[in-house]
Amino acid sequence: MYKSPQTLSRSGQLQTKEAITMTSLSAKDKTTVKAFWAKVAGREEDIGCEAISRMLTVYPQTKTYFSHWKDLSPGSAPVRKHGGVVMAAGTDAVSKMDELVGGLLSLSELHAFTLRVDPANFKVLAHNVLVVLSTMFPNDFTPEVHVAMDKFLAAVARALSEKYR
Amino acid sequence: MVVWTDFERATIQDIFSKIDYGVVGQAAISRCLIVYPWTQRYFGSFGNLYNAAAITSNPKVAAHGKVVMEGLEKAVKNLENIKATFAELSTLHSEKLQVDPDNFKLLGDCLTIVVAAQLGKNFTPEVHAAFQKFLAVVVSSLRRQYY
Repeated sequence: MYKSPQTLSRSGQLQTKEAITMTSLSAKDKTTVKAFWAKVAGREEDIGCEAISRMLTVYPQTKTYFSHWKDLSPGSAPVRKHGGVVMAAGTDAVSKMDELVGGLLSLSELHAFTLRVDPANFKVLAHNVLVVLSTMFPNDFTPEVHVAMDKFLAAVARALSEKYR
Repeated sequence: MVVWTDFERATIQDIFSKIDYGVVGQAAISRCLIVYPWTQRYFGSFGNLYNAAAITSNPKVAAHGKVVMEGLEKAVKNLENIKATFAELSTLHSEKLQVDPDNFKLLGDCLTIVVAAQLGKNFTPEVHAAFQKFLAVVVSSLRRQYY
């Protein structure tokens, strides 16, 4: 899942990054993600706020990207606001699931050239999103939903890394 | 040397006193086998792992979940010296079981998610941080005897 973008297919032909990104999410994964996302609709800001709060607390090295915020404590105003922004982008990604690389192009450029976030941190935030979903929706966040969401967030991370180099 | 704050020590002991090892162990291992299917390579003797339903209802998976949680309890009881406590287990995982140590983190992440579901709101960011610090020390100790 986190290997280099080009791999050999069974026939020995090189597959493009795009092909891998697009074929990695099965039809079932997409339906599962869409259904679960619809269930959590309305709580996006809470989820985003919690995920970022946890990321800053459990992985303090991520604070280095937010030195311009006045308050980095869990649930603070800038954390909540940014949580909303990130989750709105997530909702957008869900709607563009069939073409994540094209759909997230400008976001990728933002992360690559302006924010310059080390892409390893995408995995870190994704893990924290999954933990939050688990605390808030313990009965709905089944292992099947977990694997589909993990794959989706990994696909989003790959699309965001597209313009880095 | 690992330094535990009073909060971290109390939190870790509290979590392990609250959770049911059978339930949490089974859920964590099943989740790991479902979310990261390549981990199934270590459980060839467990029988039917063909789909999520089979994994979730597999009695050998459940039994092994309990074994893992009891192993973790040893670390909770020896927080000041997890490295020594797990030296033998580390050698076992390296030489006999031949588990890729990257998999320890995967199981740890699944365990975090299961415990999060159990504790809900009480799994605050601070509690979460203490739990992941504990798991990081456990993973590091299990990796130690690999060469």
